[in-house]
Amino acid sequence: MSEHSLEVAGLTLGYDGADIVSGLSTDIPAGAITAIIGANASGKSTLLRGLSRLLAPRAGQVLLDGVPVHGMRSGDLARLLGLLPQSPVAPSSITVGDLVGRGRYPHQGWFRSWTPADDAAVDEALEATGTADLVSRRVADLSGGQRQRVWIAMALAQDTDILLLDEPTTFLDVNYQIEVLDLLVDLNRDRGKTIVMVLHELSLACRYADHLIAMKDGRIVTEGAPGEVVTAATVEEVFSLRCDVIADPRSGTPLVIPLGRHRLRSARE
Amino acid sequence: MFRLERRARTRRALAVTAALAVGAVCAFVVSMMLGSYVLGPGEVLRSVLGLSSDPADDFVVRELRLPRAATAVLVGLALGAAGSVFQRVLRNPLAAPDIIGISAGASTATVAGLVLFGAGGLGLSVAGLAGALATAAAVYLLAWRGGIADYRFVLVGVGVAVLLESVTGYLVSRAEISDARAAMTWLVGSVGMAGGGEIAGLAAGCAVVIPVLMALSRRLGVLELGAEGARGLGLRPQAETAVQLGCAVVLVALATAAAGPIAFVALMAGPIAGRLLGPAGDRVLASALVGSIIVQAADLVAQHVLPYPISTGIVTGLVGAPYIAWLLIRTDRQGVGA
Repeated sequence: MSEHSLEVAGLTLGYDGADIVSGLSTDIPAGAITAIIGANASGKSTLLRGLSRLLAPRAGQVLLDGVPVHGMRSGDLARLLGLLPQSPVAPSSITVGDLVGRGRYPHQGWFRSWTPADDAAVDEALEATGTADLVSRRVADLSGGQRQRVWIAMALAQDTDILLLDEPTTFLDVNYQIEVLDLLVDLNRDRGKTIVMVLHELSLACRYADHLIAMKDGRIVTEGAPGEVVTAATVEEVFSLRCDVIADPRSGTPLVIPLGRHRLRSARE
Repeated sequence: MFRLERRARTRRALAVTAALAVGAVCAFVVSMMLGSYVLGPGEVLRSVLGLSSDPADDFVVRELRLPRAATAVLVGLALGAAGSVFQRVLRNPLAAPDIIGISAGASTATVAGLVLFGAGGLGLSVAGLAGALATAAAVYLLAWRGGIADYRFVLVGVGVAVLLESVTGYLVSRAEISDARAAMTWLVGSVGMAGGGEIAGLAAGCAVVIPVLMALSRRLGVLELGAEGARGLGLRPQAETAVQLGCAVVLVALATAAAGPIAFVALMAGPIAGRLLGPAGDRVLASALVGSIIVQAADLVAQHVLPYPISTGIVTGLVGAPYIAWLLIRTDRQGVGA
């Protein structure tokens, strides 16, 4: 069970121009799955980049166990907090085993060679993600779903208690989306990892996350358990979308039914 | 499971690296056997190791052939290692120092020294080194937009290379005819021109910088995962890029000072080594050895195949030009370089 606390205090983030995220504060629940949702340009990916220190804060802090992450040594942080970027890059001829093995870097010193512990960590990561059979394949030759599982395996080999993922299901077919999200729940339940991810698909976020953070214009509109915070009113506010929210008949979590202008039974009546 | 897989490919990588080392040593010995006065391998080795009692053999080997052979070995090691580091840091098979202006910078500075100041020997080496470092710094700064994007670095580098080549052309066109001739010979590149000072400088550079790059190779593997990936694993990508490329630039500059801008070696060595090595092993070392074999083989051809000797750079150019065409076609077809 992850005991590490991750806290955002008055965080302001931006790139060249105006602030994208301004004065945002929240607590990321330890040992839970948190999904950050919001429309395009709501600042959700920017927030994740701030959490993972890819972006330096203009104001405020990200506190890991009470310590500002931007003051931590890179290696120390990389043993506590892992990150899967939205579009990770790898050398084109790299094999699965080689890529996953590079996740061990934060645990290796200057002159320390590869150890049995590294082998074990790679094995475990391959096993957990169901990619053990692919170990000698080239990453470039895999399907989208396999490749995403391999990247998650690399993040697992890094062996951090906190895992941040930026839209891990984007560009995947729906069956692979479910596969990846199921895998993340396994990692959360079996290993107690704290997971924070940016997700696009609202109903999937409701089903798979324990905690939702809904953002608009760089601030948090609402946050909490999906069953409590996802209502027709909040969806309309966050996504400017009229919708019905019903209970998912299979999971009981909120299911968002968008109301467009066409093809609705009630609209014809 | 992964352990077995890793062991198997580590064994293969060791075997490949050992074979490359043997190949480089063989080429070194053979290059000193051949000439108007042919020697056996035993005589060459005895003489190199200072065990020979025959002053004629000693003179031919140590005075006439060893400088050229040693230059070929060292230039190849330096260019091979540097090229592979450039390509991997910038994640582009075209991003070799001879394509993105580093060699061109060394050339322009050297030709300027030759033509404008009548410099020679050590002065030329220093000019070449300064030119390469200044060009690398200029490309780095011009490509900087709050971070280094690899493709921008390559595009800026190609532009700078063209600019520098035209400056070099201008300098040559304004030079005295004898200076111009010397400059043109130097610009083609040959391992037969180096003096003792340049060879010693290059040897020292290889002895220091190549092991440093080997020690840094695990970090290079992380840097290959892009700026975000590297940062996520606890590596500072900007600083690491500067360190890795800085080391590679020193190697290129020293090699260029010793033998001129021998074309395409830095471009070809890394991908060949990567192919041979597979996913394990030390790419820096293997690329250095492949570079050394390429330069030595090219010089053997340049010296002994045609009825009259030509410059080493002409041979590498003849091999390298089709290679780069193939690379461009393949890059175009796949959308990305492989």
